[in-house]
Amino acid sequence: MIKAVMMMNTQGKPRLAKFYDYTPVEKQQELIRGVFSVLCSRPENVSNFLEIDSLFGPDSRLVYKHYATLYFVLVFDGSENELAMLDLIQVLVETLDKCFSNVCELDIVFNYSKMHAVLDEIVFGGQVLETSSAEVMKAVEEISKLEAASNSISLVPKSVSGWRGR
Amino acid sequence: MASSNSLMYSLFQRSLEDLIKGIRLQLHGDSSFISKSLDEIRREIKLTDLSTKSIALQKLSYLAALHGVDMSWAAFHAVEVVSSSRFGDKRIGYHAIAQSFNDQTPVLLLITNQLRKDLNSSNEYEVSLALECLSRVGTDDLARDLTSEVFTLLGSSKAFVRKKAIGVVLRVFDKYPDAVKVCFKRLVENLESSDQHILSAVVGVFCELTTKDPRSYLPLAPEFYKILVDSRNTWVLIKVLKVFAKLASIEPRLAKKVADPICEHMRRNVGKSLLFECIRTVVSGLSDQETALKLAVAKIRDFLVDDDPNLKYLGLHALSIVAPKHLWAVLENKEAVVKALSDEDPNVKLEALHLLMAMVNEDNVSEISRILMNYALKSGPLFCNEVIGSVLLACSRNSYEIVVDFDWYLSLLGEMARIPHCQRGQEIGHQLIDIGMRVKDARPELVRISRALLIDPALLGNQSLHPILSAAAWASGEYVEFSKTSYDIAEALLQPRTSLLPPSIRAIYIHSTFKVLVFSLKAYFSAQESTSSPLVEESTSSVSSPENAFTYKSISSLVNMIELGLCSLSGTLDVEVQERAKNVLGFTGMIKHKIAEEVTAQGSEIEASRAVAFMEDVFSEELCPVSATAQEKFPLPDGLELKENLEDLQEICGEFLKPVVESNSNLFSSSEKISFSVARLRISDQQEASSSSSHPPESASLLAEHRKRHGMYYLSSQKSDDHNDSNGNNNTLNEYPPANEISADSFNPKKKMNQSKPRPVVVKLDEGDDFKMKPDASSNDEPLSRAIQTALMGKGKEKEREKDNHERSLDPGIKEQSSRKEKKTKKKNGEKSSKHRSRRRSDKDAIAAKPVEIVDFLL
Repeated sequence: MIKAVMMMNTQGKPRLAKFYDYTPVEKQQELIRGVFSVLCSRPENVSNFLEIDSLFGPDSRLVYKHYATLYFVLVFDGSENELAMLDLIQVLVETLDKCFSNVCELDIVFNYSKMHAVLDEIVFGGQVLETSSAEVMKAVEEISKLEAASNSISLVPKSVSGWRGR
Repeated sequence: MASSNSLMYSLFQRSLEDLIKGIRLQLHGDSSFISKSLDEIRREIKLTDLSTKSIALQKLSYLAALHGVDMSWAAFHAVEVVSSSRFGDKRIGYHAIAQSFNDQTPVLLLITNQLRKDLNSSNEYEVSLALECLSRVGTDDLARDLTSEVFTLLGSSKAFVRKKAIGVVLRVFDKYPDAVKVCFKRLVENLESSDQHILSAVVGVFCELTTKDPRSYLPLAPEFYKILVDSRNTWVLIKVLKVFAKLASIEPRLAKKVADPICEHMRRNVGKSLLFECIRTVVSGLSDQETALKLAVAKIRDFLVDDDPNLKYLGLHALSIVAPKHLWAVLENKEAVVKALSDEDPNVKLEALHLLMAMVNEDNVSEISRILMNYALKSGPLFCNEVIGSVLLACSRNSYEIVVDFDWYLSLLGEMARIPHCQRGQEIGHQLIDIGMRVKDARPELVRISRALLIDPALLGNQSLHPILSAAAWASGEYVEFSKTSYDIAEALLQPRTSLLPPSIRAIYIHSTFKVLVFSLKAYFSAQESTSSPLVEESTSSVSSPENAFTYKSISSLVNMIELGLCSLSGTLDVEVQERAKNVLGFTGMIKHKIAEEVTAQGSEIEASRAVAFMEDVFSEELCPVSATAQEKFPLPDGLELKENLEDLQEICGEFLKPVVESNSNLFSSSEKISFSVARLRISDQQEASSSSSHPPESASLLAEHRKRHGMYYLSSQKSDDHNDSNGNNNTLNEYPPANEISADSFNPKKKMNQSKPRPVVVKLDEGDDFKMKPDASSNDEPLSRAIQTALMGKGKEKEREKDNHERSLDPGIKEQSSRKEKKTKKKNGEKSSKHRSRRRSDKDAIAAKPVEIVDFLL
C-alpha cells in the first residue's frame, strides 16, 4: 500500500501532499517537514530509498526522486516493490509532462485540481491501479471535459475571476 | 440587502488560482493573507449558491493540504457540495471528503445515499469519484450499506469502473467482513481476467489480504500459480510473488513448486524491479531451494557491483535477509560488503554495517572490529556512532558470547572511548562495569584500562563520555586489589580537573578513592603484622603484590594526598559530594593520627588495623550482576500490597511526583527482598527459576522502570542497600545474591578447545525475559479470515454443518444469494464437477486440513 504521495520544492515548500490514511493536518505538516529535512541533507547521486520508520511507523519505506526544483516522494509499506515505486514516480512525471507539455514547478503550483486528477487515476486508495500514462491521460481529459461542460451551464460566468485578476 | 451581498460575493469571488497568486505575492510570510482568505472562505461557503460554495471548498482543501489549515469545520459543506448535479462541484466535494473525513466525522453517514446514487450512476467518472471516496473514508456502516453496489460494479463491463471496484473491496472487507460472502466469488473470478488492468488490481488486493492472513488464501494457490507462469506483466508478477512469499512461509511444499517458475523469470531478461522481487522472494521464503538460492545469490552479486546506488543498496538489503540462514552468501561477497562501508551513500554504508555485524563470530570478531574501528575514525559523527553501537551490541549479545579474549575487548572499549565523535558513553560505561562483575579474569586489565581512561584529558571535556569515566572510576575503586599501584589510581581519581564532572560522578570518584584508601591501609597493616610477628600467616584474601607494599612514608603521603584533594570538597554545594568527601576526611583524620602514633607506640596499631579491617569488611563483598527478572523469582509475601499503597500515594502526590513514587516502591521492595530471601533462598530458588510464571508483574515492571531510570547507578545503590542489611558476617561471598543465581551454562561447555587462551568464565543469569507473551496478531483479522475460509470452502465442496450453523447464527440478516445457493446445491449433488473438486477437506479442523486441500496441486 502507498501511504503518502508528496511533492515539494528544494526549499521545502509542499506542492502536493496526499495521505491515504487519515492524518490530521498538523501531523501532515510535521511529516512533510520531517521528510524534507532528511531529503535536503542527502547528497546527489546516492540511492533513492530512505528508512523512514521514525516518521511513518514500522515497515515504512520512502522512495524519492529529484527533478529540477522538485522532489517527488512516495511513502509505502512492505507490499510494494522499491524499484517499482521508483518506476511509478517516472510514470507520474511522464504523465504530467504530457499533461502540461514540459511540466515545470509552476504548472504544479497552479493546477491543484488537475494534479489530483492525474494522481487519483494512478493511485486509488493507496493501491496502484494504473501505470500507463496514456490511460491516465485519457481519463484526465474526460474529467476535464466533464468539468468544462458542467461549468458552461453555470449562471455566473467564470471569466469574471479572470477579469478581476487584471 | 443580504441577497445583494451574496451576489457580490458570488460575482467577485476569488478563484483558487487567484488565491494561489495572492499567496505567492506575499513577501513577508503568508499567514496573515491566509487568515484573511480563510475569513472570505467562511463567508462564501455559507452561501446557498452551490458553485460559489464549491469554489470556497476547493480553496479550503488547497489551504488544508499545503498550508496546514484545519478544514474539519467544513464537513457539512462538503456534504452539500457533493450533492450538486454538476460534475465539477461533485468532484470538489468528494475530494474534500476524502481529504478531511475520518471515522469520527459526525456527518459521515449523510453521504451514504449520495454515494449509493453515484455508484449507480451511468456516468463512469461519477462512479469512479464515489468509489475513490469510499476507498478512503469507508466505515463499517458505509461498507455494510454499499456492499451490494460494490458487488454489482465488480461485474461491470467497463474496465475503468471494474478495476476501481476491485480496489475498493479491500476497504469494504476490512470494515465489514461479511461482505466476503457477497463479493468474494466475483473477486476471485477476476483472477482469470485477460485485461491486465483488472488483473493487476485484483492481484494487488490479494497481496494486501494475504499479508494480513496468509493461511486463508492457501486454497487459491493454483490460481496464483497460473498467473505466475503465464503473466508477463511486471506489476502483476511482483504482486503475485509477494503473495507466494507469504504463502510459502506457511506451506513449505509451495516453495518447491514455485521455485522453478521464479528461476525462469530470473533467467529471462526481466526488469530490475521484477528481478529484485524474485530475489527477495527466494531469499526470504524459498531459501531451502538450493538452485533458486544459488541463482538469486548470483543475481545479488550483479546488484552489488552495479554502479547504480539503488541496486547496490537493494543487493545489500537482500543479503541481509539471507544472512541469518545462509551466511555463506554474505561471506562470498565479503569484499563488496567491506567496500560498501566507504560508499558515499549513507544507506549503503548502514546496510553494509548490518551485514558485517551479521557475519561476526568468535573467530573474526577482532578482525571485523579492527576494520570497523578504522571506519569509525574516518567517518562523520552519525555513521561513526552507528558503527560503535553495532560493535557494542554484537559483542555484548548473549553475555558476550563471541568474545573470547576479554583483555582485547576491554582495550577495544578503551579505544572506542577515544574516538573523537564517540557518543556512546552510556553503553561503553555499562559494559565496563558489566564485564567487571561478570568476568573475574578480566579485572586486572579492567583496572589498568580504567586508570588510563581516568587520566585521559580528552574524555573529561566530552560530556557524552562522562558515563565511561564514572564506570572507570567505579571499577578502579572496586577492583583496586588487582592494580599494581594503588597510589596512581588515587592520584587519577583526585586530579583537579575532575571539577569538570557533574556531582553525581564526582561522588563516585570520591567513593572509589575511599575504597583505594581502605585497601592500601589494609595492605600496609597486614605487611606490618607479618613483619612484626612472622608467625602470623596472611589471613586475609588480599593479594597485595610487591608493588603495593607500603612503607610508612608512602602510606602517609597517600593519606595526605587524599586529604588535600578532598578538603576543598567538604564545602561543595552538592550534598552528595560533600557528604562523601566528609566521610572520607573523617576516616583519614582518625587513621592518620593512629598511623603517626603507631610508629612510636606499638599498642595503638591494633586499634587502627581493627578500624581498617572493619572498613575492609564493608567493601569486601563482591558485587554481582543482577538479573533483570530477579524480582519475579520471589512470590509476593502475604500482607504486602504493593499496588494499593502506590495508588494511594499517587492520589495524594499527584502527577508531578511520579518519579518519587517509583523510587520509593523500589526501596520498599528491595529491603523486602532481603528480609525474606534468607529464609527462602535455598528452598525456593531452584523451583522458582524453573517456574517463575506466577510473579507479580507490577513489581517487576517497577523494578525495570527504576533500573532504566537510574542506569548504571543502580548497582552501586544496590550495594549500599545491602550493606545496611548485612550483619557483619559477609565473608561468605557466594551467598550474597539471592536473585543472582549463576546458571549452569555460565561455564559454557560447548567452547572450542583449540584456543590458545581459554575463555574466562562469564557469569550469566537465567534471564527469563521470554515470559512476556506477544499478543496474538492473527486475532485481529479473525472475522475476515473466517469469512474468507467459509467463502473458499463453498467454492468446491460441501460445507461442514457446524460452521454453517455458526455463520448463520452470527449473521441471520444477510442472506447471500450466490454463495449460499451454491452451497445448497452442492449439498444435494455431493460434488459438483469443478477444478477444485479434489480439494476435499476433513470435517474437523479447518486449519489442519488446509495443506491437504492443495495436495494434488503440489505434487
